[in-house]
Amino acid sequence: MTGEDAMTDRANSFEIRRREVAQRLLDDNPDALVIAGLGATVWDLTAAGDRHSTFPLWGAMGGAAAMGLGLALAQPQKRVIVVTGDGEQLMGLGALATVAVQRPTNLAIVVFDNESYGETGMQATHTAAGVDLAGVARAAGFPTIVSANTNAELDEALRTVSSGKGPVFAWLKVRAEASPFALPPKDGAWLKDRFRRHLLGPAAVGE
Amino acid sequence: MSDWPDQIFEALQGADVRQIAYVPDAGHKRLIERARAEKDIHAVSLTTEAEGPAVLAGAWLGGQRGALLMQSSGVGNCPNMLATTQTCRFPLLMLVTMRGEFGEFNPWQLSMGQAAGPMLEMMGTRTFRLDDAADAGPMTAAAAAMAFEGQMAVAVLIAQRLIGTKNFGK
Repeated sequence: MTGEDAMTDRANSFEIRRREVAQRLLDDNPDALVIAGLGATVWDLTAAGDRHSTFPLWGAMGGAAAMGLGLALAQPQKRVIVVTGDGEQLMGLGALATVAVQRPTNLAIVVFDNESYGETGMQATHTAAGVDLAGVARAAGFPTIVSANTNAELDEALRTVSSGKGPVFAWLKVRAEASPFALPPKDGAWLKDRFRRHLLGPAAVGE
Repeated sequence: MSDWPDQIFEALQGADVRQIAYVPDAGHKRLIERARAEKDIHAVSLTTEAEGPAVLAGAWLGGQRGALLMQSSGVGNCPNMLATTQTCRFPLLMLVTMRGEFGEFNPWQLSMGQAAGPMLEMMGTRTFRLDDAADAGPMTAAAAAMAFEGQMAVAVLIAQRLIGTKNFGK
């Protein structure tokens, strides 16, 4: 057993439950536009409700924050929330710098950090060895950063996600657990048009 | 000095491009300056070209059109993101300044310069080659129309001979 494995085991007892957070995020932000990063965060958000205003990523690992940026710049009057995992965000650390430089005040990035690659056998990610994602966001220049390790800290973190001045970076340590699969539709072109129709109206998809 | 970068910029404006994402190249210097000076365009500097297809997919979801500027070496950073572009039929307009071609000084550019076009095509991107400055505006306009109406990835590969070669003071 390596040090990383021991720390992954630590995540088995984290208090925050990811499915509950996903449900609260959707309930608290009914008008928000949501990008769900590849993997378990997609299943979490689908379990909370397969909304047309959510774009779930079945691929593009490392791209969720960047996609949220383009959407936030295009829709400055809407709250845009990216919900992704630690592994996905680690693949796109540079995008945190890109987001911080653009400073979209309507964008929040929420990382569900279970310190492991959940889809591939729960191997440790770098956060298990102590990589501080909030510290990365702070160093990149995010103006608003919140962290939660316990349910007691979660309320303020979620309030900031909903209404804090963006770009917001929220780092939530969530229990390492396998939840039942809740899969959204898989046709990417259809999901794209579903989202655009919801946001922009039927003419945006040629109807 | 030809004004082909201005012709490209005006074609992008004509296509209602509102987000221009880029990793700089010397050949894109003028175009980036124009983008940054235009208040109706978000000029988005990237840390890696791989962010570009994702940023512009987000832009499209939000109802805005975009363009991605990079040099040929940056194409090598993009294929997995281009897979999502293709799978979801996101429009993606790319303007790629070529290195590793006519008069290249740096041999480390040769490999990616040779692979950039085939790699884009392998990922479902339609490519056009810009060799003549006079074609810059019309070709950009045609590529934009194809990308946004056809909902597909289209790249204009700008020949190194057109850009001029970098000689590192030699």
